[in-house]
Parts: sequence; structure tokens; C-alpha cells
Amino acid sequence: MESLDVDGPHSMGTTIIGVTYDGGVVLGADSRTSTGVYVANRASDKITQLTDNVYVCRSGSAADSQILSDYVRYFLHQHTIQLGQPATVKVAANLVRLLAYNNKNMLQTGLIVGGWDKYEGGKIYGVPLGGTILEQPFAIGGSGSSYLYGFFDQVWKEGMTKEEAESLVVKAVSLAIARDGASGGVVRTVVINADGVTRNFYPGDTLPLWHEEIPAQNSLLDILSAPSPEPMSM
Amino acid sequence: MSSIGTGYDLSVTTFSPDGRVFQIEYAAKAVDNSGTVIGIKCKDGVVMGVEKLITSKMMLPGSNRRIHSVHSHSGMAVAGLAADGRQIVARAKGEASSYESVYGEAIPVKELAGRVANYVHLCTLYWWLRPFGCGIILGGYDRDGPQLYMIEPSGISYRYFGAAIGKGKQAAKTEIEKLKLSEMTCREGVIEIAKIIYKIHDEAKDKAFELEMSWVCDESKRKHEKVPVELLEEAKAAARLALEEMDAD
Repeated sequence: MESLDVDGPHSMGTTIIGVTYDGGVVLGADSRTSTGVYVANRASDKITQLTDNVYVCRSGSAADSQILSDYVRYFLHQHTIQLGQPATVKVAANLVRLLAYNNKNMLQTGLIVGGWDKYEGGKIYGVPLGGTILEQPFAIGGSGSSYLYGFFDQVWKEGMTKEEAESLVVKAVSLAIARDGASGGVVRTVVINADGVTRNFYPGDTLPLWHEEIPAQNSLLDILSAPSPEPMSM
Repeated sequence: MSSIGTGYDLSVTTFSPDGRVFQIEYAAKAVDNSGTVIGIKCKDGVVMGVEKLITSKMMLPGSNRRIHSVHSHSGMAVAGLAADGRQIVARAKGEASSYESVYGEAIPVKELAGRVANYVHLCTLYWWLRPFGCGIILGGYDRDGPQLYMIEPSGISYRYFGAAIGKGKQAAKTEIEKLKLSEMTCREGVIEIAKIIYKIHDEAKDKAFELEMSWVCDESKRKHEKVPVELLEEAKAAARLALEEMDAD
């Protein structure tokens, strides 16, 4: 049995999704961070805040995506102060891609930037590995996204409501988790619109079971939440 | 010329006892000696006009431009030392271009005005630089609507709905104040500015002048460009007519 290198570089195999709807965007992600076959963090938060109104979904190297987000948050903060008003999603996405493109030899991270601003409304920008920037009505990324292309081709439509968009995202992430070994854990979503930002959390046992998946038995969750045994009466 | 600031006006890095920097004030005088430049913000855009005093009969009309485009959405009209103005325009173009490279969108007009003002002010801080001898009227149309800014040699920049610099600025400001700008379209604004410039031009002191005008409005698809030739001619004709009517009284 090969020894697990628990201190090796952490990768977020990942499934990340960003979807626009009528009035804003919904960002979604799984929560598995792995080093090889060891799951280093089974409840990680891959949706990171850049400004009050712009968030980014991170995939690939955990370190690379974190550092990149930190830099962009710093630049955006200064830009907001200079401008005197919130930065637009486009500007945030452009800063992300400049860093991703100019350091392409050193970085291995794919990102989805999503948010809401008063000029353009809800917008999603994909910034995949080489540092391209592409504005899209929806974007998928990470190793789990391979299993979602056909799904989105069939299910995607413009002008969804917030509820439709969020349930689409949750369904998609859970489908990817079912098939991709590098994705798992819980589903986190972030909804961004004119009214602000809402974070949601869908634990693993609330997600639907797909084809050939077995329901959890003797799960740690059941054992932990079971009532303590009654003392015997004499 | 009386030397008011004797001793305290030799360098831009010296304050006078009453808190003035004379070199900057002298730079402003260079602006006051040049042909009038006017800018107005109408309800659908910005119009700028320049009274270009012609120094030589041999100059080709249309040469020696005083209004420059800085970006597709904004332009600057310069009063004062023309060579200084060229430097500022070049810097403004550079700022607009570098902003777009970093942030991926067109520079907001407010930000552009701030950067130009910063640059002009910078050159009033060092003894080995002289202040710019020009005033700038910057007009632009971005996602926050049409805006008009004026930048003085001191580096002060304010946002206006009507501004004038140069020889006839007092007379021009009086005329601008009479206009109802919030109800005026740029098409009407072009005619009004032409009338004002013709009116304040001093025939006795300065011989000939050429009228140069530009606009950025809904009609020009939010692009800064020279006022179309037919409209310019229409404006000049209206202005000459207004002058004759005035003289006839």
C-alpha cells in the first residue's frame, strides 16, 4: 500500500459552475480538496469574495487560485477607492485574466468570475487555464465539468428565475460529484443580484441520488445524530 | 507689467507671505492671453468651440488644431501655449490607453479628468519644471452620461455644465449663463456656441479668427468628432446674422 503524501500540493479537482438568470447570477461549487487520493478538505469553500458584488469560483491548484484571488482583491479594493463606486464585473474579470495570462507558465488554475453591477446587471466570465477571458451566459469548469457539457446543452435556457437557476446549479454539481472522483462533499452556492449576496449550503445527504448510486448506510452522520442509549432499568 | 510678487515669484516652489504661488498665477495669465475656448453640457452631449486666432494669412484653414480627441468617447480643447497643450493631450491619450489595458474598459471621463489634473499639478511641484501654460476643457460621454471638466494650470479640475477660458471668458460666461442648457440639444448648442464666439470676438484687437468646434453626443453615437461641415456652416451663418442684427440696432 503506497503511503499517502498528505503534505503534497493540494489540488481542487472540482466542479465549478456560474450561471446568469434574469436579474443576477448564481455561482456553485463542490467542496473537495484532494492531495492525490487523500481528501485534504471535504468541506472547502471554493467560491471566494473579490468585492461586495463580485465573487470567483476557483479550480485547479488550490495555492495558485488563492494567491491570484488575493492579488485581484487587493487591486480591486484600490480601484474601488479611486473610482468612488463599486467595480464592475468586467473589470474584476479582466484583472483576473491579466494575472492568469501573464503568469501562465507558473499557474495552473481555471476560474469563473461572476457578479452584478448597476451598468450591465448579472455577468459571468470564464477564465480557463491559458488566461483567455470569455463572457458567457453560463460557464462550467474543473475536472467534474467534463460530465456536464451534454447536460447543459439540453437544460440551459435564457431568462430563468432565481429559483430555477439555483436548482439547476445544485443538480448539475451533484451530477458531477456522482461521476467525478475529484469532486465531492457538499454543494455551496452564492446568489448575487441587485439586492445583495446570499450564500447557500446543501449537505451531501440532501442531494438526489443518481443512477446506480447507493443510499448511505451506517453513515457517520446517522451515528452521530442518533440519540444516546437509555440506561437500563434495574 | 508691475512686478507684484517681487522676490517671491522666481520659482514655483516658493510661497509668498500671503500664501500665493505666483508662478502658477503667471501661468494662468498665459491662458488668459489666448483665444477663447468654450464648452457646454447639453442634455444629450457636450459641445466645445474654440476662437482660433489666425496669426498669418498664409496658414491653411483647418491646420493648427486646438481640439483633440483623447479617446473615442472624449476630447480636449486647449487654450494657452499650444506646445504645452500638445504634451498634455499626449499624456491624456496615454492614460486612457493604459487604463483600458489594465481594466478592460474605457476610462470613465471623471477618472481621465482626475489623471490629467494630477499630471498638470505634478509639474507645479518641482523647481526644475515649469507649470503648463494652458487651460483644458475636457468633454466626454461615458456610461454615466455626458460630462464637462475644466483643468487649470494649477491642477484644479472641476466639473461644469458650462465653462470658458481665454481672452473673452468673462463675456462668454455671461452669455452661457443665459442659456437653458438642460433643455438644449447639442445641435442647438452648436449654433449657440458659434453665436457666442462671434459675439465676443474683438474685431479691433484681433483681426481674423477661425471657428473650430467639436461635439460628443447621442447624434454622433457617443463618439467625439468634429462638428459636421453642414452644421458648422449653418452655425457660422446664424452667428454672422445675429451679429448683423445686433449692429443694426
